[in-house]
Amino acid sequence: MPCAKPILLVEDDPVDALEIRRALGDSHAAEVVIHASSAEEALAYLRCPADVRPALILLDLKLPGTDGFAFLKAIKADACLNDIPVVAMTGSRAVRDILASFDLGVAGYMVKSPDHSRLVEITRTIENYWNLNRLPTALAR
Amino acid sequence: MRNSKPVLLVEDDSIDAMTVRRAFRELKVVNPLKHTINGEEALAYLQDEANDKPCVILLDLNMPKMNGTEFLRIAKADPALRKIPVVVLTTSSEERDVVDSFRLSVAGYIIKPVDYKNFVEAVRTIDVYWTLSELPVERTEDADALCQAHTAG
Repeated sequence: MPCAKPILLVEDDPVDALEIRRALGDSHAAEVVIHASSAEEALAYLRCPADVRPALILLDLKLPGTDGFAFLKAIKADACLNDIPVVAMTGSRAVRDILASFDLGVAGYMVKSPDHSRLVEITRTIENYWNLNRLPTALAR
Repeated sequence: MRNSKPVLLVEDDSIDAMTVRRAFRELKVVNPLKHTINGEEALAYLQDEANDKPCVILLDLNMPKMNGTEFLRIAKADPALRKIPVVVLTTSSEERDVVDSFRLSVAGYIIKPVDYKNFVEAVRTIDVYWTLSELPVERTEDADALCQAHTAG
């Protein structure tokens, strides 16, 4: 990410979270990853003025409590947060989940893989793409 | 891209449009490239049922008649269109344009590289990302069957 801005990973499964963090580390060592294990925790992080604003959010959809879709709705309805791109990172390939996610404005929908090298390929593709992008800076808000 | 549906390019500059077309050819991107020259024409294309809906929209911002931001406001308010990922491809690095675009749920904001080689690389990166990412495909019988198979599994 430009200026090594952090990625916020919203993932309840500790194994998946560890695997994704490892893959992000393997594809781009300097990356800062903040991990929230629920949507509530992620929203609390994002709404705390003292916290560093992430450049990108990687979002699992099936979460306990508030699920990924409700989290997306909350982000998109919040004028302070609705310019942060959110990429779904999920185990679901169900058509209705894909449609619902894009309807709520995701900037990508990646299906997780249990295979480490495949996961590195996914995280590298995400990084290459978002490195090419111009992202909003916190100053402009 | 992940499927073979068209890519809709909304671009008033004929040189830039030609560059995108050349890059598609060079990278052997199989998706047909549909070209419209402003937001108004793009909406007309999208609202015409006879046209195949694109898998991705590449959108310039500074255009006559209806600019990219105005196009986004309309497209993202339309339930039939708002699922289609829109990637901004522009010369504008204005922070206002970046923030406004992301607030309107764009799926990318890329400054057009001046150099042709870098332009091709940018198109390659876009293609790789949208080949890996799932894309919203409106329900057909196949999609329904796939959906039911997933639910059953």
